[in-house]
Amino acid sequence: MTKILLQILIFPGFLFTAILGCLVSWIDRKVTARVQWRVGPPLLQPFYDFVKLLGKETIVPEGGARRIFLIAPLIALAAITLVSTLLWQVLLWPQQSFLGDLIVVIYLLTVLPIAVIIGGAASANPLASLGASREMKLILGYELPFILALFVPVIQAGGKIRLGELLTWQWTNHPFLYSWSGIVAFVVAILCMQAKLGLVPFDMSEAETEIIAGPYIEYSGAPLTLYKLTRWMMLFVLPMFLVIMFMGGIVFSSWHILWGILKYVILLVVVILIRNTNPRLRIDQAMRFFWGPVTGLALLAVILAFVGV
Amino acid sequence: MSVKIKALKKSLWLFHFNGGSCNNCDIEILDCLTPKFDLERFGIKLVGSIRHADVLVVTGFVSKQAAPRLKRLYEQAPKPLIVIACGTCACSGGIFASSYHMAGPVDEIIPVDAYIPGCPPKPEAIISAVVKLWQKLK
Repeated sequence: MTKILLQILIFPGFLFTAILGCLVSWIDRKVTARVQWRVGPPLLQPFYDFVKLLGKETIVPEGGARRIFLIAPLIALAAITLVSTLLWQVLLWPQQSFLGDLIVVIYLLTVLPIAVIIGGAASANPLASLGASREMKLILGYELPFILALFVPVIQAGGKIRLGELLTWQWTNHPFLYSWSGIVAFVVAILCMQAKLGLVPFDMSEAETEIIAGPYIEYSGAPLTLYKLTRWMMLFVLPMFLVIMFMGGIVFSSWHILWGILKYVILLVVVILIRNTNPRLRIDQAMRFFWGPVTGLALLAVILAFVGV
Repeated sequence: MSVKIKALKKSLWLFHFNGGSCNNCDIEILDCLTPKFDLERFGIKLVGSIRHADVLVVTGFVSKQAAPRLKRLYEQAPKPLIVIACGTCACSGGIFASSYHMAGPVDEIIPVDAYIPGCPPKPEAIISAVVKLWQKLK
């Protein structure tokens, strides 16, 4: 019992993910700054932001649902902590994973935007509810191609649905990325991840120039800190999930660790570059994009996987 | 110096309010975030919502339309909050000092912590105001 609690709260779970999430969000800001020919913030910037936001006053808007408004960020934080714990347990001890943990991870990743929607809707602000409704539509858009893309490794491995088995299959055979269906599914998964992270081509739910931060608009102080922390942890956990699913994860022995970290960093920089080189889409354009070409590509990947290439 | 103040100094988030300015000061504020000056080096960034802000930057003489809104923004902001009056108009009224639609310079409506004179103030002047704010925060 204490071992499980320690795992959730400290090592693969909350503390570890939070610290690495801060680091990753610094990489995000630094690479963005370099793309724009600026210097960018110092290494400890996310920690300063975190401590400063904790020290600010927390305001609950008049007319908002007080309890739900304050609980929603905690739900998001708990969900991302659990996802991270599950994924790291799979990486460190692949034999220990339980049947269907892939499905649990997919469910928990859907809890995050739902928590944002609940929080936004509870804040009694018209712009927040507009952002929440956009977030809702965006979930409907990307969830289908995302699940189809994650279906491809399962088919290739012959119907295995444990993350640990998928990982050991990749270690004994080849990463799922090294096949035609794997490449197509990986591209689809990157696009869906971008929408899940709420980064630029798909950040219409918090578009700060039109609906000023959307669901987060009324948050201040500690609840805002929790949301920020959740976003940073997502930026760390989601690319890691794709590395596990498609690129063979990280093998913890001598040089393979460096190679694993390199895979992760390359994927992260791809996400950041997509974010920095695209304009924001409207919500209807994003829906058309996800339900049209992206779902088509995902279906193609599934068919290719069934054919066996 | 407490940890709270130290962290606040390292990550000032700006909210920018235009109280009837000619848009010149606003462009100079944005200039501070461009590659040449890059205030993000010191953790300074613009935010869209007053609830996320630590600094309220007011530009322009404050018109009778804008004054109640400015007061309301000040009340809505989570404390601690720093208020900066940016530009000659915000400091003293400038050429609008005796006009009919003037509700007073910023410090007659809300308490102000720093004044940046200039029409418009240069980005260097804005950065020097930030440095003076750091010295004031203790």
